[in-house]
Amino acid sequence: MSEAARRPLLRTALLAAAGLVLLLLPLATTPLLLDLGCQVLLACIGALSLMLLTGFAGQVSLGHAGLLAAGAFTVGILVKEATAPFWVTLPAAAIAGALLGLLFGLPSLRLRALYLAVSSLALHFIVIYLGGEYETLRGLSTGIMVDPPRLFGHELYGGRAWYILLLVVAMAVLLACRNLVRSRTGRAWAAIRAHETVAAALGIAVARHKLLAFVISSAFTALAGGLFAYYRGFVSIEAFSLYLSIQYVAMIIIGGMGSLGGAILGALFVTLFPYGIEAALSTLPHADRYAGAMFASNYAAFGLVMIFFLVFEPQGLIGLWRRWRPASAKAGRP
Amino acid sequence: MQLAVNIVVLAATYALIACGYVLIYRVSRVLNLAHGELMMVGAYLLVTVASASALPPLLAVGLAAALSLGVGVLVHLFLMRRLTGQPALAAVLTTIGLGILLRGLVVLLWSAEQQHPAQSLGLANPPITLFGGGRISTLSLALVLTTGAVYGGLFAFLRFSRWGIRMRAAGQNPLLAAQRGINLNGIYAVAWGLSTFTGSVAGILIALDSGLDTTMATIGLKAFPVALVGGLDSLLGSLLGALIVATAEVVLIQYVDPLLSDVVPFLILMAVLLARPWGLFGSREELDRV
Repeated sequence: MSEAARRPLLRTALLAAAGLVLLLLPLATTPLLLDLGCQVLLACIGALSLMLLTGFAGQVSLGHAGLLAAGAFTVGILVKEATAPFWVTLPAAAIAGALLGLLFGLPSLRLRALYLAVSSLALHFIVIYLGGEYETLRGLSTGIMVDPPRLFGHELYGGRAWYILLLVVAMAVLLACRNLVRSRTGRAWAAIRAHETVAAALGIAVARHKLLAFVISSAFTALAGGLFAYYRGFVSIEAFSLYLSIQYVAMIIIGGMGSLGGAILGALFVTLFPYGIEAALSTLPHADRYAGAMFASNYAAFGLVMIFFLVFEPQGLIGLWRRWRPASAKAGRP
Repeated sequence: MQLAVNIVVLAATYALIACGYVLIYRVSRVLNLAHGELMMVGAYLLVTVASASALPPLLAVGLAAALSLGVGVLVHLFLMRRLTGQPALAAVLTTIGLGILLRGLVVLLWSAEQQHPAQSLGLANPPITLFGGGRISTLSLALVLTTGAVYGGLFAFLRFSRWGIRMRAAGQNPLLAAQRGINLNGIYAVAWGLSTFTGSVAGILIALDSGLDTTMATIGLKAFPVALVGGLDSLLGSLLGALIVATAEVVLIQYVDPLLSDVVPFLILMAVLLARPWGLFGSREELDRV
């Protein structure tokens, strides 16, 4: 069999094996690991949607946490005020995200790079303010409780069920992103990212495609936020700080810009990073003495890693893999 | 009257912090989102100086501010210099990373507890009654006067001094400036040092007036819309921007909703970005160059 014919087969086999392992994982693990898995999957959905916006359409956003908050609050408010079921709240969250994405996207028609990042930062604070205002007005100063959703008459509860659900949603989002990127829209985004003026000269409707990128990305993000609300069973603005936005930006940088696989790697890395630091610190002598400093060490180490990737490895983990993978695999691809 | 005093004090605070953003942006086109953290480091340096030595308060403040100037230069030498030639956004994200690193380090080195450097320096802070019946604390008055002095000094420095003129040249056209024999790296280092210095002076005065913990970095971030409202490359703009934002914030908190405090600067920022993205006094071509 020629090299070219074997590759897709191998790829499919590898992907199928990976999928099977991911599906069977919950049978063999502890609740703690399952929770980690769920966190990673949620982060994957958020990182994929940010990657779509920044890595493919070239539009920067520092307001990702604001969009996650919008989704979570849509779910929280609908459950609280109208006891709406799962089937209503999640689409509503996605729609709220899409509308908000339109709003986040409008400045992008005038602003570029730095200024766009700043405007999304401003919108983040505005969304968080509105959420806080709702909490105070309703007298829910600590946050909104969200009951576990009911699906086909069963209460969706426990790590295993959630893991499967999130895995399915994350896979669906990954598939949607992959198809989008390879479609006409995706190519238009790539052109806009490369050079706006040239893209416009080629007949691409720049404004429409920019807004579309914001709308799609924000809808996915808000969906992730809504799922997060159900998964945690609790919504509060405390969970959606600016730091969360930065973490998502760090995911796509650390993973590698312009690659969906990079978004997943980055989500994995950033989510597991604090646990890694914790484990590393606890192996040190006198570990109990550092217990109080755990949070700060995490913070500092995260900043350090972010700087490291930006300065020394701007291509991210995917770049590392591309450089280090076996020469035979390299030869097989253009 | 009290309202006016509050506005002036808040405006002076914002203006003193915002000029740090402007200095760096004007010279090197880098938006330094770690400014709030750097200013916090300056304030914590005062805590260390105050506890390690028995210097008189004024000397201790001076020493801490001088150290912070060194911190700024070091940040350029060891970090930002390596990013020369990379997209502006990579540099901004790096400063965000730096900010996170500094926040963690500050807690590790100085603990998360609230510090009161004014007490350890034995500095009293009696309120002064002004002629209209408004009251102002001594240190707030010092802050307003310092802001005036710093802006006066910066205007004179950029206008008349040799290094100031070089800085302006480097900001206008780095390539031509370098061709004329201006050491760009030196200029950038000076800009980072000065920016951290002015920010730290603000941080130190705030810490003396109302104590110090890691929330100070948030004050630094709130001052950033001020710089953008006035125009990221205009000192005059940040002075005016500070006045606008402070007025809106104080009045809205007083009459509408105290929760608005955190969001007002960003609401104004949004309005300015939509109507006049380059700010009140900024140069228009900036937008295309970024």
